[in-house]
Amino acid sequence: MKYLIMIYSNPETWEHPMFLRHPDFLALPESERAELARQGDALFAEIVESGELVDGVALADPATSRTARVRDGAPAITDGPYLEAKEQLAGYFVVDCETQERATEIASRFPDARLGAVEVRPIMGMSGQEM
Amino acid sequence: MTTRDIEDLLRRLAPQVLAALVRRYGNFEAAEDAVQEALLAAATRWPAGGLPDRPDGWLITVASRKLTDQFRSEQASRQRAERIAAGTPHDELVAAPADAEEPGADDTLTLLLLCCHPSLTAPSQIALTLRAVGGLTTAEIAKAFLVPESTMAQRISRAKQRIKASGAEFHPPPPAERAERTRAVLHVLYLIFNEGYTASSGPDLQRAELTGEAIRLTRTVRELLPDDGEVAGLLALMLLIEARRAARTRPDGGLVPLAEQDRTRWRRASIAEGIALISETLPRARLGPYQLQAAIAAVHAEAARAEDTDWPQILGLYRLLEDFDPNPIVTLNEAVAVAMVHGPEAGLALLAPLDDQLSGHHRLHAVRAHLHEMAGDHEAAVAGYRTAATLTTSIPEQQYLRACAARLTP
Repeated sequence: MKYLIMIYSNPETWEHPMFLRHPDFLALPESERAELARQGDALFAEIVESGELVDGVALADPATSRTARVRDGAPAITDGPYLEAKEQLAGYFVVDCETQERATEIASRFPDARLGAVEVRPIMGMSGQEM
Repeated sequence: MTTRDIEDLLRRLAPQVLAALVRRYGNFEAAEDAVQEALLAAATRWPAGGLPDRPDGWLITVASRKLTDQFRSEQASRQRAERIAAGTPHDELVAAPADAEEPGADDTLTLLLLCCHPSLTAPSQIALTLRAVGGLTTAEIAKAFLVPESTMAQRISRAKQRIKASGAEFHPPPPAERAERTRAVLHVLYLIFNEGYTASSGPDLQRAELTGEAIRLTRTVRELLPDDGEVAGLLALMLLIEARRAARTRPDGGLVPLAEQDRTRWRRASIAEGIALISETLPRARLGPYQLQAAIAAVHAEAARAEDTDWPQILGLYRLLEDFDPNPIVTLNEAVAVAMVHGPEAGLALLAPLDDQLSGHHRLHAVRAHLHEMAGDHEAAVAGYRTAATLTTSIPEQQYLRACAARLTP
């Protein structure tokens, strides 16, 4: 079963990995920062090695985003993201896991989960069982 | 020989060649890679150059050479390469060995048992089985499971590392573990079949071929374990379910429930083979869950029309199945049979205790909605179909469930 893991962040400056720039992270003692960064690296290595990681991208600053709408047949393009939220989608991972529990465990181990929020949602597929 | 014939031959020989190499060199991990390379070399060369006299000997020789090349090139493995080179007569490395071991059929079973080793996760067992025993390439397996090749390669290499770390060797498991390990193999074959069967037509065709591969591998296991009733049961189950493939989806990919399928489109040859197999197995073998599921599928297959289905017999079989393998999904199916025999209220009563375990599972809500619909309670049925549609992660199932809800909405 595939899941989309969405990393939301509200950074002072947009620079990946996002959690490294988060003010709450920067306020941590040096040793804790190093430990959190190490955990992030270890998690990434783990899901690569296990064959669970399918895809992952880091997104550019929402300031570079453009949003398209077509109204009455006329396109209206605006600068900036669609959602005017404080927290923005910073990147995503697609993982293929045996259970939703495992996908949620992966999500909660991203350092970003301690600072911003990480959402996990199942990806739909074309396979189906007749009833 | 056509390219297709050559592919079939190569995939039949793949596990035997791998077994011969593992016997000779002991290194499963490296041998498996070498056999893949030899298979690719043969697939490139044989269609134009013709088949060698001894295809298996050719493959063993080429794979051995790849393996020794690899050992030699690895600095760290220098000593080992010397040991192999010293222990292997020179002509064995360059020509088909005259005394090529006849790879025993049992080797294929040992290989399957190794690929389905309990130290591996199910996705790793599936990937390794398809490659090492099925002779599929990593790219083909990745395509069938809709993941990038690098992800699948990682699963295979991790599986091999786990086997190595667990200390498992290329020997049949001890008699005490044999039955359980064989069950694990059957479960993996069942999972492969199911991946392919639930795939719809169209863009998922490559996935659909997994059913054929699962049936082929299960046939192989049946040849090796002809007295095992569960192997025969699993094969019969696959044949009987596969027979419905053409009828289970509409041309647009929409799902057709069993009761509404055009039964003239069921494949008669598969049904006949499946029924014959389960009929001759049931009286003589020790009963088990695959045989019972096959028997249920056979009762459905024997009904010319949905309304001719022998539901009391199906209910009896589900009750036996529940004794063997008590789990909420079996109870869910049993509730449908109970409803068909004793009425929807009786089926609904059976579902009541499942809420604890299955409340987040779309199938519980779908079955409950179906039974409410049978009972004439359309309001509850619509609510159930909608909940089920929300919970499923399958697009065709969601469309089907939404259509069920819409049909009952005034």
